[in-house]
Amino acid sequence: MNAINGLRRNDQPIYLDYQATTPMDPRVLEAMMPYFTTKFGNPHSRSHSYGWEAEEAVEKARAQIARLIGGDEKEVIFTSGATESNNLAIKGVAHFYKDRRNHIVTLVTEHKCVLDTCRHLEQEGFEVTYLPVQQNGLVDLEQLRAAITDKTVLVSVMAVNNEIGVIQPLKEIGALCREKGAFFHTDAAQAVGKIPLDVQEMNIDLMSISGHKIYGPKGIGALYVRRKPRVRLVALIDGGGQERGFRSGTLPTPLCVGLGEACEIAMKEMESEATQLRKLRDRFLKGIQAQLPDTYVNGDMEQRIPGNLNISFAYVEGESLIMGIKSLSVSSGSACTSASLEPSYVLRALGVEEELAHTSLRIGFGRFTTEHEVDTAVDDIVRHVSRLRQMSPLWEMVQEGVDLKSIQWSAH
Amino acid sequence: MSYSEKLLDHYENPRNIGSLDKTAEDVGTGLVGAPACGDVMKLQIKVSADGLIEDAKFKTFGCGSAIASSSLVTEWVKGKTLDEAGTIKNTDIARHLALPPVKIHCSVLAEDAIKAAIADYRAKAEKKVTEAGEAAGEQAAAAE
Repeated sequence: MNAINGLRRNDQPIYLDYQATTPMDPRVLEAMMPYFTTKFGNPHSRSHSYGWEAEEAVEKARAQIARLIGGDEKEVIFTSGATESNNLAIKGVAHFYKDRRNHIVTLVTEHKCVLDTCRHLEQEGFEVTYLPVQQNGLVDLEQLRAAITDKTVLVSVMAVNNEIGVIQPLKEIGALCREKGAFFHTDAAQAVGKIPLDVQEMNIDLMSISGHKIYGPKGIGALYVRRKPRVRLVALIDGGGQERGFRSGTLPTPLCVGLGEACEIAMKEMESEATQLRKLRDRFLKGIQAQLPDTYVNGDMEQRIPGNLNISFAYVEGESLIMGIKSLSVSSGSACTSASLEPSYVLRALGVEEELAHTSLRIGFGRFTTEHEVDTAVDDIVRHVSRLRQMSPLWEMVQEGVDLKSIQWSAH
Repeated sequence: MSYSEKLLDHYENPRNIGSLDKTAEDVGTGLVGAPACGDVMKLQIKVSADGLIEDAKFKTFGCGSAIASSSLVTEWVKGKTLDEAGTIKNTDIARHLALPPVKIHCSVLAEDAIKAAIADYRAKAEKKVTEAGEAAGEQAAAAE
């Protein structure tokens, strides 16, 4: 792993945003290269060896993906990414079974592409229940049980949250769905290759997978679609009937190969990588907490992927902090950089107060993060949080013993 | 989002950070915004006997644009009369720092902060006059 630490140029900021995307593993790139040039055939061509070798590569990749999640290769279809997979899973199931069942259950903390797909279906007349989450970011299973009715066709619950990294109780949700006769879809873009997943053990009927979150290429993803018992979908893209008719279009052989290779590497290295990431994360958190009072981790610390932290630095606005820590690439928990002034809807769903939600950073560690980078990041963050607190009127008031809640703030 | 050099300069080297004694008679304090909205500005002015703003300090919780806007106005108000300071417009601030459209509210908040500080100073001065008047009246009554 250390052979690839040289990926970052010295003039580049330290990358700590692994939940946004990951660099491609050089081993993945190497596997892909021949399929751009010499092995360029159309995997659907049946009449010559160019087609056959491309098809062989694509099928190998499909098997590599299936193995990582405990599925069969016939159950894996390629898509352009997790957004398409989520759209296909949710709309596909809803449309196919609409005459029998028309209700969908999901969480308020889902990724926008799941929420927006559900909104879209609501406009078509489907009913959607958006369940709240507990303070630690996890779904309450009793609430979920109560929400599933005999009209529920699909339960869509993400495996790992993209902002706070918490892992939902997939096995319990799967069992519940099976018991109630609803399909279980999980957006596993942030989970695949990070935590062990098994579609059999967890009773997962549909699973969305992303390439670029697991050191694979951008522009490729996959959807696991269970065959026994069979899940049927209405396709979003019609055409030549590729991918069992679920997703027409010529497969991008190099991208498929890249996703397969990324899964293969993840399968071999997931465990050691998790240990390494946990070490780095703990080192980071210890460094921060030892030097900065009033910092809070958002989301459950136990049920969480080791590569994610989401921290509120009270009394320091997140965007100003990001502006200060120029040598680090992190993202703001708050959506302040967009036109909206609303803080993150995920943090709000946990009951994090708005003022704290405005002070949050998402810090993502990954395969190429080094101890030195973590130490530099801690120093940088501590320096800038301290500087910004010195100019924060809120920090000043709190030091003077003023209760911020006692103040009549002007809205604007 | 890319910011202007002037804005970055004010963010990285903010002018006049700090606090003045808010109980002092010659100090006006403006506290505007709300933590829940992601920005709070505290702007203070110290007014000389001849009515000029001789010092200004700020503290801001907010994004880089909010910090830069408040830093800039502390520079602008110094040496001005209260009436002159009261004419500073958010559009001037936004133009000077080349604020992107989504950050215009930061300049609005800075304008509000000046106005609030001036109002606070004037309220204190008025109270002082009234109290002085009442005290004089009481003295006069006692003398009778």
